[in-house]
Amino acid sequence: MSDWSRATGARLIGDRAPGELAAPRETITGNRGLQIEENLIFEQGSLGRCGIDLADPPLFRARLGGLERQGPIGLPGLSEPQVVRHFTRLSQKNYAIDSGLYPLGSCTMKHNPRLNEKLARLPGFADIHPLQPVSTVPGALVLIDTLAHWLKTLTGMPAIALSPGAGAHGELCGIMSIRAALEARGERRRSRVLVPESAHGTNPATAAACGYNVDSVSGNLQGRVDIEALRAKLDTDVAALMLTNPNTCGLFENEILEIAAAVHAAGAFFYCDGANFNAIVGRVRPADLGIDCMHLNLHKTFSTPHGGGGPGSGPVALAASLAPYAPLPWLVHGAHGLELVEHKKGKTQQAIGRLKGFHGQMGMFVRALAYMMSHGADGLRQVAEDAVLNANYLRVRLKSDLSLSFPGPCMHEVLFDDCFLRETGITTLDFAKALIDEGYHPMTMYFPLVVHGALLIEPTETESKASLDHFADVLKALASKARLGDTARFHAAPRWTPRRRLDETAAARKPVLRWHPEPIEQQAEQ
Amino acid sequence: MSTFRFTRDHEWVRLDGDLAIVGITDYAQSQLGDVVYVELPEIGHRVEKGKEAAVVESVKAASEVYAPVSGKVAEINEMLAADPATINADPMGDGWFIKLRLDDPKELDSLMNEEDYKRFIEEQS
Repeated sequence: MSDWSRATGARLIGDRAPGELAAPRETITGNRGLQIEENLIFEQGSLGRCGIDLADPPLFRARLGGLERQGPIGLPGLSEPQVVRHFTRLSQKNYAIDSGLYPLGSCTMKHNPRLNEKLARLPGFADIHPLQPVSTVPGALVLIDTLAHWLKTLTGMPAIALSPGAGAHGELCGIMSIRAALEARGERRRSRVLVPESAHGTNPATAAACGYNVDSVSGNLQGRVDIEALRAKLDTDVAALMLTNPNTCGLFENEILEIAAAVHAAGAFFYCDGANFNAIVGRVRPADLGIDCMHLNLHKTFSTPHGGGGPGSGPVALAASLAPYAPLPWLVHGAHGLELVEHKKGKTQQAIGRLKGFHGQMGMFVRALAYMMSHGADGLRQVAEDAVLNANYLRVRLKSDLSLSFPGPCMHEVLFDDCFLRETGITTLDFAKALIDEGYHPMTMYFPLVVHGALLIEPTETESKASLDHFADVLKALASKARLGDTARFHAAPRWTPRRRLDETAAARKPVLRWHPEPIEQQAEQ
Repeated sequence: MSTFRFTRDHEWVRLDGDLAIVGITDYAQSQLGDVVYVELPEIGHRVEKGKEAAVVESVKAASEVYAPVSGKVAEINEMLAADPATINADPMGDGWFIKLRLDDPKELDSLMNEEDYKRFIEEQS
């Protein structure tokens, strides 16, 4: 068998990956039309082939004292077209926001404007090196300062820490700042952080990572924090409340002012998870809600690519009480213009230190600022309005077919549970898999945990009415098929993907984490 | 008459000589789905009624298992680490989690009996 036929048809032999269920062999090759069965790159090519001409190394004397490699290391030998085809085929198996609606609740998978990309590629930003002298990059400092100004204006907060590399990293920054502030006022003994059930899953992890005990606060029947349950838990042992607003049920915490007052009365800090800021940006300033500290996800609210498309960025807005503890570096307005302070001295003496190498995700700063400036304040307000409008449009169109978890308007995402599947023998998982067959990435499943068999849908503001209508029609049709007893469709799904339903249980119980090559001798014979 | 006692968080406890055996109920395992990982406390560790005693993880979610009663961990079910599927197959038998030396056997009286628990589940669903 030649190398080339191996590259497209080796699965003919029929060996299945562990955990993979049997798929019908509809074609001779295993390919499905132009969707190619692609082998691992290590299964392709041959020893000794190389994409470029390299001269054999001249004779040399090894100076490794007998530790030099004894045999081949098994790297695949591939030509340039083989490499290009391999990675192009893999990329074609991907589903991305650029290929379709991506309603993954809590993740804000919205369009990333190409203008952001164009500006991030300007050589003046893209080609600078974090170690080059600060005096040579005044433009970058102005950009960072301008971004900080926008974020401070939108949050109403006096300070912003830009270096955290993602939302959870921002939470870490916030809780470390709170801990530093408590220690500075001589309060080391506060040991608990309160986290409502409707908070993001990273919140309790952050509190635990900072050495606090996590104390869960129950929700009420409206999907919001039960303020009496919260009051009962607030005492002088509580360091902070970590609230997600809007919460993971897609609901605005409408008693947030009372919550803030109660938290402050107990001498604790009020941390807000701002991952869902896209629902309120331009309409609500977190500082006005009594929030002391909140992270923002540039990669969600401000449209920088994420989910495999780029790094996250999680700046943290800080109230005056927490600003002295912000991590380094600081950008300050000095006598000679903007000054980058990278070490503890003077005003930065109380900083919690560094959380990240260099200055944060510069490429994301450029994209986020491009997004904000191209939208303007009015445009950002419309972002929030349209995100909420789109989610509510789906809520109303689907409420009689799927089962809505909480009554009334939602914010940027809408939560359904699996009541509509009761007695059908179909689970949330089956339903989501059937959606893949229809050409959609599924919504978030089984999260949040506060409802049974959750389906959390976040359409985002960048979907048109036509796009939402098509998605709603597909969901309604699937729900109808489920009601009418077409269970086989759901249990067999997905049928049209490169792989059928994966055995997640076997993958978790007996993970195979390493691919082992065929013995070298055999490979050499082919 | 069943000797099992139940919590509202779907744990069960049963006296076996002077030890109390603790596990999760059949309803709990059916809601979790296939269990893929279990984290048990160390022998000698003290657990407190209503506080976390173990963690159970399925393909759907990770959940805490709360101690139904207070006491000291006398034994743990070592078999679960190698074969967490036992919890799905036999939650009330071989799928037990820990055995506790009780602080106060009277604590058992505050828990539901089998009949009450059955009614409790029906109300839940």
